[in-house]
Amino acid sequence: MAGYILKRLLSAIPVLLGITVIVFLIMALIPGDPATAILGSYATPENVEKLNRDLGLDKPLVQQYFIWLGNMLTGDFGTSFALNRPVLDEVLERFNATLVLAGTAFVICSVLGVAAGVVSAAQQYGLADKAITFVVLLGISIPSFFLGMMMILLFSVNLRWFPVSGMWPIYGARDIWALLDHLVLPALALAVVATGVIARLARSAMLEVLRQDFIRTARAKGVPERRVIWGHALRAAMVSIIPVLGIQAGFVLSGAVYIEMVFQWPGVGRMLVDAILKRDILLVQGGVVFVAACYVLFNIAVDVAQSLLDPRIKT
Amino acid sequence: MTVFGFTRRALLAAGTAAALSLSATSAIAQSPPGVLIVGQIAEPKALDPAAVTAVNDFRILMNVYDGLVRYKDGTLETEPALATDWTISDDGTVYTFTLRDGVTFHDGSAFDAEAVKFNFDRMLDEAHPYHDTGPFPLAFFFSAVESVEVVDPLTVSFTLNAPYAPFLSNLAYPTGLIVSPAAVMQHGAEFGRNPSGTGAFKFAEWRSNEAVVVEANPDYWDGAPQLQAVVFRPITDANTRTAEMLAGGIDLMVEVPPVALGQFQADPYTVHEQAGPHVWFLILNAKEGPFADVRVRQAANYAINKEAIVNDVLEGTAEVAAGPTPPAFAWAYNPDLEPYPYDPEKARALIAEAGADGAELTFYVTEGGSGMLDPVAMGTAMQADLEAVGFDVSIETYEWNTFLGNVNPGLEGKADMAQMAWMTNDPDTLPFLALRTEAWPDKGGFNSGYYSNPKVDELLEAARVATDQSERARLYQEMQTIVQEDAPWVFVANWKQNAVTSDRVEGFTLQPSFFLLLEDVVKN
Repeated sequence: MAGYILKRLLSAIPVLLGITVIVFLIMALIPGDPATAILGSYATPENVEKLNRDLGLDKPLVQQYFIWLGNMLTGDFGTSFALNRPVLDEVLERFNATLVLAGTAFVICSVLGVAAGVVSAAQQYGLADKAITFVVLLGISIPSFFLGMMMILLFSVNLRWFPVSGMWPIYGARDIWALLDHLVLPALALAVVATGVIARLARSAMLEVLRQDFIRTARAKGVPERRVIWGHALRAAMVSIIPVLGIQAGFVLSGAVYIEMVFQWPGVGRMLVDAILKRDILLVQGGVVFVAACYVLFNIAVDVAQSLLDPRIKT
Repeated sequence: MTVFGFTRRALLAAGTAAALSLSATSAIAQSPPGVLIVGQIAEPKALDPAAVTAVNDFRILMNVYDGLVRYKDGTLETEPALATDWTISDDGTVYTFTLRDGVTFHDGSAFDAEAVKFNFDRMLDEAHPYHDTGPFPLAFFFSAVESVEVVDPLTVSFTLNAPYAPFLSNLAYPTGLIVSPAAVMQHGAEFGRNPSGTGAFKFAEWRSNEAVVVEANPDYWDGAPQLQAVVFRPITDANTRTAEMLAGGIDLMVEVPPVALGQFQADPYTVHEQAGPHVWFLILNAKEGPFADVRVRQAANYAINKEAIVNDVLEGTAEVAAGPTPPAFAWAYNPDLEPYPYDPEKARALIAEAGADGAELTFYVTEGGSGMLDPVAMGTAMQADLEAVGFDVSIETYEWNTFLGNVNPGLEGKADMAQMAWMTNDPDTLPFLALRTEAWPDKGGFNSGYYSNPKVDELLEAARVATDQSERARLYQEMQTIVQEDAPWVFVANWKQNAVTSDRVEGFTLQPSFFLLLEDVVKN
């Protein structure tokens, strides 16, 4: 097993190097440079050249790439032009915020989605099934940013139940309640689409299982219906639900970008959008490399976990 | 049935409990009186006035620092601030300032002539030990400064390499704000996050991506401010900023999107508007193609319905521009100028006369950028107006940085017209950088349409070295008349900056400088 993990980790190195080359090239090749973005109206060729020199952007591209890569290997991701602080500090702080948001949304969509799917399946073609199917299709069809704005309008502006935006209150304690208060709307808005997808797939997985013999046996021997559904059937259906959850985790993480914009959540998605618009090269590069590295490691972890759970998967 | 019943009850109970407990906490989070919460458009870059370029950052800085001079309330004319008095040598090259006595920086160090010299040397002298706390992108505002001399602790003199009339006005600009040398020495490159000035508010806290907090400076030389503190919150999304204002999360909102203004027209909100030194125009390529003919350039000015653009597209958040100088520069503005009227008949006649019927025009439009208002919608309206008088206009749209990268090097061989907008602090800046022959792109200027008129060059050079304001005013006014006639641009709009305050805020006014001054604001 240790050998397998090591092999997977080593195979990640070329992937990560490839990512550094691609993101570096993209930032170098798109039109517009940080000096122009900083100087705005005052970007005369002369001023742009001087500022690029001050920022160390006048060196040949290849040299810039290796300086950046070398610094990064020693843990120095450089300093953001637009925010004037170390890239790594900013990325870690922002990634943390995104994890809180996406993590909560993931928990919500897993629990609600599976529950809705199970209830639907248990009541196939019944009133509950139809109602849930209707709501779920509605949820899948509404763009999350639009839903977010509507939620702000209803729950924050009209009802004033929750704050409009941000992650922490401007005043008062920064405790778990303050965080939850700010988290409810964005996490729900982010969870809606994934909840719908999970509910649909959980429903079909459950229907599949409910047709099998062992369920009939369980019912025949008098197991209460609630235990048949939530115990026997769901456990069996989880085998095909879990991979769906894994895929949805990725969607939730990437969908967080829109929600972070609407709710001004200080996450890594909003950070990257702002950084790209400001041509904040080092922040974009550092942010993308960091997020990519996390994805790669997450994938390795999932593969390893799967091979531990299911011995049929060769290591 | 049991399955469904169980789930529904559980969900309802959990949901209700969560909603109740959470809404209880948010009700407590009402902002206290005396603390003004400002909705800003972005996270600031730094609180070092020499290192930043964005209006967004200036809004904070103007409350934390003072310059040697400042703009008089409601005008763009300078008055004493940290300097109480000054004299200008007869040849206009030596400015000697008497400094205000007894002023200290927020960190306790004294404000004196040495501090002033430190500030300008740091920005301008590459050998200065703290020059590496930059870069200082707008240092060229003071490129005329040859040396700064300490005459005595309360007297400092600036020697310029040539007479430069906008110097005083530049000192009132945020780049001229005075920082504490002691704080720069202590924090080095981190000064931008540990600022110290002499202003009405002192820096308290910066929580990244959440808020910058400043507190009242009780010892302020111009009288302690009324507010206890100001919180600047970065809220980049305009819709979210509007929602925060409606929900009471902020007390003061800047840059209200035109479509949202209607929300705030009634109580408990007050909408503030103030025309500023902003001009929105189309650069016309006077070097080649149809716009090389002055008649066709004038025709474009007649053809575009500017009233409709400011009223319908911009919802009244701008006024029609008459010439290259915005009326906010009251002393330098030529009040006799009338905007080109909307007259498609006249435009058609001029086009026919010039033989430019059916000319194909390439029109550069940006998706959005500093001071550009609503460029895509404005561009589309202009395209329709120009096609109505017989042009064949094709629009090319670019993201802002790409757009600048295309427009600033000049339109030759690429386009016939391009959108542009400027906000400046002196009537010299824009025409000097964008209308002179010596400002063609290959000479390092912004005259991307290659306009050239020796008379205009002469007037602008003379106005720059004249030290008498009424003489400068006369020169600028004559320049405006000629430029309007020559029509190197389509003069479109002067933006009115807007802000909304809640009924808890009193004493707030916007300044024509577009700075946000909060010294006299009260919050109940």
